[in-house]
Amino acid sequence: MSGVLVVLEHRNGAWARMSWEAIAAAGQLAQICGGNVYTAALGGELGALSAEAASHGGAKLHTLEHAQLAQYTPEGYTLALEELIRKHQPAWVVFAHTYRTRDFAPRLATRFQQVLIADVISLRGEDGAPVFVRQMMQGKLNADYRKTGDGPGFVSVQAGAFREEVSSSTAAIEPFAVTLDAGQIRTKPGEPFRESAQTVDLGAASLIVSVGRGIKEQDNIPVVQELADALGAELAASRPICDNGWLPMERQVGSSGQTVAPKLYLAVGISGAIQHLVGMKGSKSIVAINKDENAPIFEVADYGIVGDLFEIVPALTEAVRKAKGA
Amino acid sequence: MKIVVAIKQVPVRDTNVRIDASGKWIDEADLEFEINEPDAYALEEALQLKDEHGGEVIALCAGPEHAGSMIREALAKGADRAIHIECDDLGSLDTLGVAQRLAAAVKAENPDLILTGLQSDDLGLGQTGVVMAELLGIPHSTIIMHVAVDGAAIKVKRELEDGWFQQIEMPLPALLTIQSGIHRLRYATLMGIKKAKTKEVKKLTPAELGAAPAAAITVERIYAPEKKKQTQILKGSPQETAAQLVEKLKYEVRVI
Ligand SMILES: Cc1cc2nc3c(=O)[nH]c(=O)nc-3n(C[C@H](O)[C@H](O)[C@H](O)COP(=O)(O)OP(=O)(O)OC[C@H]3O[C@@H](n4cnc5c(N)ncnc54)[C@H](O)[C@@H]3O)c2cc1C
Repeated sequence: MSGVLVVLEHRNGAWARMSWEAIAAAGQLAQICGGNVYTAALGGELGALSAEAASHGGAKLHTLEHAQLAQYTPEGYTLALEELIRKHQPAWVVFAHTYRTRDFAPRLATRFQQVLIADVISLRGEDGAPVFVRQMMQGKLNADYRKTGDGPGFVSVQAGAFREEVSSSTAAIEPFAVTLDAGQIRTKPGEPFRESAQTVDLGAASLIVSVGRGIKEQDNIPVVQELADALGAELAASRPICDNGWLPMERQVGSSGQTVAPKLYLAVGISGAIQHLVGMKGSKSIVAINKDENAPIFEVADYGIVGDLFEIVPALTEAVRKAKGA
Repeated sequence: MKIVVAIKQVPVRDTNVRIDASGKWIDEADLEFEINEPDAYALEEALQLKDEHGGEVIALCAGPEHAGSMIREALAKGADRAIHIECDDLGSLDTLGVAQRLAAAVKAENPDLILTGLQSDDLGLGQTGVVMAELLGIPHSTIIMHVAVDGAAIKVKRELEDGWFQQIEMPLPALLTIQSGIHRLRYATLMGIKKAKTKEVKKLTPAELGAAPAAAITVERIYAPEKKKQTQILKGSPQETAAQLVEKLKYEVRVI
């Protein structure tokens, strides 16, 4: 039982960049617990994807090619990886914390009587064993986790938490024959699709005012709309605002919405959950207005105002109008 | 159609949580609890499926006594009955231990469909449903935004990253983890609240459901995150902070 196995992910013929971050995390883990880093790629036919994955390092790239893996299914991935893990017995298995990992990795870990330590933001060694840090209470607290007992450990790492490294070595590609038959796979996936043509491209906006659940009611939306208008900014929102139908879906920022990188992102009454942050943390300047000084949004904000948005936003709108001479 | 929906309680949103004396969990004294948000949507989906296809909705919860109020609310909204695994030891279990308890209770019911929220707002591990599916040996799908029943099979809409979706079909029985926003939530009616008082809440003890496995992972310590970023906090009255921010937007961010 040794080494760290990284399960890589590709979608629509391209590698998910988060896979390279997972390799970086695995490298840190291997330094603590010893052994090599290995990678695994699954698919129908991987073609050029294999060579690209191998160039990102690791001692070996296990390629698992099978007609039943051409499309992702939780059963197919669970069965194929279970076989690989039983054969090679890594001490740790590392994933990028993607929607796909959320879907199958807990199932895979259960096959080994293990629990996935999900969405890890950092790791360190203590007494020769790894300690994993993950967020709790929607990012308000951190928690240190350890694995207890025997068997392989399973860990997924949060987007952006580990920095992708340039590899100086290329992994040796080693095909791994999996035994799968169609009868074992009960879920039948369709092709990915998008709901409707987007008419708002927030990605192109240079100024964005974004509103969260702190706004409390749909009737209060004009409070932030007026600020957006005064600044000449697009209005965007966190997910609950769009879920409630207070603003259209196409104005949602985050992992299941749009990714934006404006010159200014002004977050009003948004707590800063990771699924929101991944969509906007590339913004050049971030301003947060929130009544809770411990809200995680302040972790990424350049400027912050702690207080009641219903007092601050109207004053800000007024001050912007004045500054612009309007 | 028989549907079990697994729900749990979490501290009310926006409360200031404190760390307890053990340093491993939050201080629950004086805390108020509410239904975990994605679980509220899972319950709503279950109730809508029942409205459409008939059948029975059973609310299932493993949790302390105070979860009883949430269970009553689920019954008031329209669940037909409930199973409450009363336990105070959830902190000592990991996901596998909790899922095993829930799965044991589900097994006795033999439902067509099991729903849960996709993750909890407190721990946020997002695995209980998937692990239950594995323990029960049934197919599952996660982050679901729509469910259509077609005889002995279902077709669901799964959310993917960046605004993409995917349709997935699977035979029943199956387990789905539901995403927030799948429907608007209903309120309990006065009639519903009255009726809830007569509905069955079956109490189970953990002992009846088999011994929990030794924890595979443990929380060593919880703490406030260290702030890494230098945020300039602007202070003063609303008018003063607004004026300061406008200065910053003008001369530092240069967008005015
Ligand atoms: C798979 C998955 C995908 C997701 N995708 C997305 C996504 O794409 N985008 C997204 O945004 N979320 C997404 N989420 C949801 C995310 O986890 C959070 O639940 C959500 O971002 C919270 O939105 P919020 O900050 O508006 O609300 P809350 O977390 O409720 O925060 C409200 C904030 O407002 C503050 N506030 C309240 N009143 C006032 C006041 N009067 N003045 C000032 N401040 C006030 C509070 O202090 C609090 O910080 C996703 C979740 C999952 C599990």
